[in-house]
Amino acid sequence: MNGIEWDGFKPGPWQNEIDVRDFIQRNYTPYEGDGAFLCGPTADTLALWHQVSALKQEETRKGILDADTAVPSRITSHMPGYIDRDREKIVGLQTDKPLKRAIMPDGGLRMVEHGLTAYGYRIDPHVHEIFTRYRKTHNDGVFDVYTAEMRKARTSGIITGLPDAYGRGRIIGDYRRVALYGVNRLIADKAQQHDSVGLEVMDESSIRLKEELAEQLRALDELKQMALSYGFDISGPATDARQAIQWVYFAYLAAVKEQNGAAMSLGRVSTFLDIYIDRDLRSGCLTEMEAQELIDQFVMKLRMVRFLRTPAYDELFSGDPTWVTEVLGGMGIDGRTLVTRNSFRFIHTVYNLGAAPEPNLTVLWSELLPENFKRFCVSVSIDTSTIQYENDDLMRPEFGDDYGIACCVSAMPIGRQMQFFGARCNLAKALLYAINGGVDELSGVQVGPAIGACDGEYLDFDEVRAKFDLIGDWLARLYTNTLNIIHYMHDKYAYERIQMALHDRDVVRTMAGGIAGLSVVADAFSAMRYARVKVIRNDSGLAVDFSIEGEYPAFGNNDDRVDDIARAIVCDFIEKLRAGKTYRDAIPTMSILTITSNVVYGQKTGPTPDGRKAGEPFAPGANPMHGRDRHGALASMSSVAKLPYHAAEDGISYTFSIIPDALGKGMANRIDNLKAMLDGYFHSGGHHINVNVFDRETLIDAMDHPEKYPQLTVRVSGYAVNFVRLSREQQLDVINRTFHSRI
Amino acid sequence: MAELRGRIHSFESCGSVDGPGLRFVVFMQGCGLRCGYCHNPDSWDCLAGREYSVDEVCKEVAKYRIFMRFSGGGVTLSGGEPLLQSEFSAELLRRCRENGIHTAIDTAGSVPLEHSAPVFAHTDLVLLDIKCINPGIYHELTGGKLDNTLETAAYLGRHNIKVWLRHVLIPGVTDRDDLLERLAMYAATMPTLEQVEILPFHQIGEYKWREMGYDYRLTGVTPPSPERIENARRIFAGHGLRVVI
Repeated sequence: MNGIEWDGFKPGPWQNEIDVRDFIQRNYTPYEGDGAFLCGPTADTLALWHQVSALKQEETRKGILDADTAVPSRITSHMPGYIDRDREKIVGLQTDKPLKRAIMPDGGLRMVEHGLTAYGYRIDPHVHEIFTRYRKTHNDGVFDVYTAEMRKARTSGIITGLPDAYGRGRIIGDYRRVALYGVNRLIADKAQQHDSVGLEVMDESSIRLKEELAEQLRALDELKQMALSYGFDISGPATDARQAIQWVYFAYLAAVKEQNGAAMSLGRVSTFLDIYIDRDLRSGCLTEMEAQELIDQFVMKLRMVRFLRTPAYDELFSGDPTWVTEVLGGMGIDGRTLVTRNSFRFIHTVYNLGAAPEPNLTVLWSELLPENFKRFCVSVSIDTSTIQYENDDLMRPEFGDDYGIACCVSAMPIGRQMQFFGARCNLAKALLYAINGGVDELSGVQVGPAIGACDGEYLDFDEVRAKFDLIGDWLARLYTNTLNIIHYMHDKYAYERIQMALHDRDVVRTMAGGIAGLSVVADAFSAMRYARVKVIRNDSGLAVDFSIEGEYPAFGNNDDRVDDIARAIVCDFIEKLRAGKTYRDAIPTMSILTITSNVVYGQKTGPTPDGRKAGEPFAPGANPMHGRDRHGALASMSSVAKLPYHAAEDGISYTFSIIPDALGKGMANRIDNLKAMLDGYFHSGGHHINVNVFDRETLIDAMDHPEKYPQLTVRVSGYAVNFVRLSREQQLDVINRTFHSRI
Repeated sequence: MAELRGRIHSFESCGSVDGPGLRFVVFMQGCGLRCGYCHNPDSWDCLAGREYSVDEVCKEVAKYRIFMRFSGGGVTLSGGEPLLQSEFSAELLRRCRENGIHTAIDTAGSVPLEHSAPVFAHTDLVLLDIKCINPGIYHELTGGKLDNTLETAAYLGRHNIKVWLRHVLIPGVTDRDDLLERLAMYAATMPTLEQVEILPFHQIGEYKWREMGYDYRLTGVTPPSPERIENARRIFAGHGLRVVI
């Protein structure tokens, strides 16, 4: 292949094998300048965004704008859809109309039916018949195998949010491959892979892989057909910037047409695309204004991705998140920065189109990032709160310099690694099981093993710690087994054929467990050790409340007495997960991330020995509990930075909110100070941080007058949401979180 | 020798307005002045707060060195009046400086020099709050004497210690053109002055007065208007001073 499409590109191994990273490294132009070159939106972009905004407003009013109740979504299931065809530089919608939601029953029919009825729609009877009589779903498969113990753990809420009724997500296709190589080349490569499997031994794993590769080949063919329906032949490589963006978008679109995954990240496309834009700018066939227009319109499409969800799902993760995560910046392993002009263009869309939660803009922070880029990002955070930051210096040694972030905090080399998403288990509840001998504190049901309750008048640190360890063993084993079932069935009934077609043949798989309630548990143990915790029991001897005598050091004050406890809890639990046997020999990992589910977890958990009341939300992710961090912002972030990344490589999420005045006087000082905070936090080993800069009063006003703040974006544990679309409980949770406000 | 201990109200790990960069702020307990607009009246009582040794505070400070390095920050002693516990403050700042940490003091300068001078020996920057340039109003407003503050200011100049002047703009009390003009004239003579910070009066501290059971005298006073703030800025700038608001 030596056509005009690769003209001007530096040759290398990427020409002979599928290796996008090699292409990037040989051809990209690092950018160390500032944002002065950026252009505003074009008239077409503004006109389109105006139309989309009107549709979004109608959607917010109605819940969903429209739904297809009859056609289960496939790559080629729907006719082409447009917003306003003549103005669109980048085309393609999930269905035939903007914001119209598709149904994807492969994950589970119940989810689809509940999602439709919640908004006044009914599923087409034929679809119901097909997916009940003829075609089994992932959800059916899982429940065929779940044990009684698993069902109980799920009902009690010690394990929740499991992807057993919808798409698991957290898989990032290397969508760039389509632009660089064209689909035909990828098909040839996959056909060769298909031939290579099972030549010697045809055992279960070879059979599975060979069938998967056949599915991948079929998906690639459908991808070409879908693009053709929009008038594009993507069998060959993209020849210019507009095509490159369009090709990448078609590949991503194919993925979100088939999978309603819990998180559908985009990956790391901006620097890749910069190479094409740069080539066109140099040859004079593209202007900066046109380049920005292409990116604005691409991002507009990403903001329009929709999935049909149920109200129960919304309670956990509201605001209609899709986690179209794009990572920006970072450093190459050769020491050059991966920041390009296109990193700026991507971020600049929050000015051209206004702030929005999607795509989930994720800046890979390194101490070595160009100063101009750091200042630019931080000023955008102060203006819009739309960026999350993750520690490139921590992840690069582990994942190289071509990794993306699935969902919020999960790093994976693009096209070479995937994860089996495991939601999270509730460690605060596990602590109560340790105290109550495996009996659920709310239902009184024996859910965990009967290890005997702690029966002293006061809790004894060592006794509770030992029992917590036993409960942890049980929980980790049960959790891993549950995930094994889920991912076996997902592979079988809802395989991500197009996303996996954009991966290498032999991928690394991780089994990503998660924990919620870390700061509750750490504080509870600190209270047992440094104060006295009296147990209040009901008639049947169940501990139903606690009273704390004295004071204890709380997590979030940079105090090793309790920070060490938190660290030990994290290290212990990953060891327990590592002891399990996983489906497809996936590598066990762990995250400390709750997104907005910390509210629901709290509702399902009784009072805890740290002084938290029944039903009170946990702190999100790895955050200290609300109001207990009393030494200011740096103390709080320093405690979080101590949590060991090597024990939680699926990510450690920290959400930080500060009022503008507390950042210093005047914009220049605020930029300097916030930049220094990020440098210091990451230098100390912090993994992730959401930065919110606004007044508490603004949020209260937005709660009462949502119409005044249609685009107010806040960052919560790992992603951004439109504040006015959160539930009342979640809005209050955001407002009650520690605001760092001392001035 | 018994280890030196000081009474401390609280710590703030992320001070962003008390000197350059990000600052670890030690709020010392106890103050001799009784400013009618004080927003930290809970730091007045010399017997309240908690005792810490110099060592203990140094350990806290050390935890934030990385943030100080990235921001060009340091340590700021505030309060309360950090010059009251001069022996403790001097030793603490000496130790900080010894470790290469920039040191600042946020003070009204109202403590007699023989008491406070040993602290200044270890101070890189003084945030000097001159409450009012008129001795009578100064006394009425604070219960203290302007003379001490002016002697402190002169001392800092003589010893080549950098100063940021702070001044709270209170409608009806300090926000008078004649007073501002005189203060600006005075400030212009301070050889080591780097900038003047105008702090518009606010009512954020009022709830603390109620909590402490003190009688708050400024109820109903509203923050100065943007025009008055601009007016004050112009007066100071007119004397060639760098003004921060």
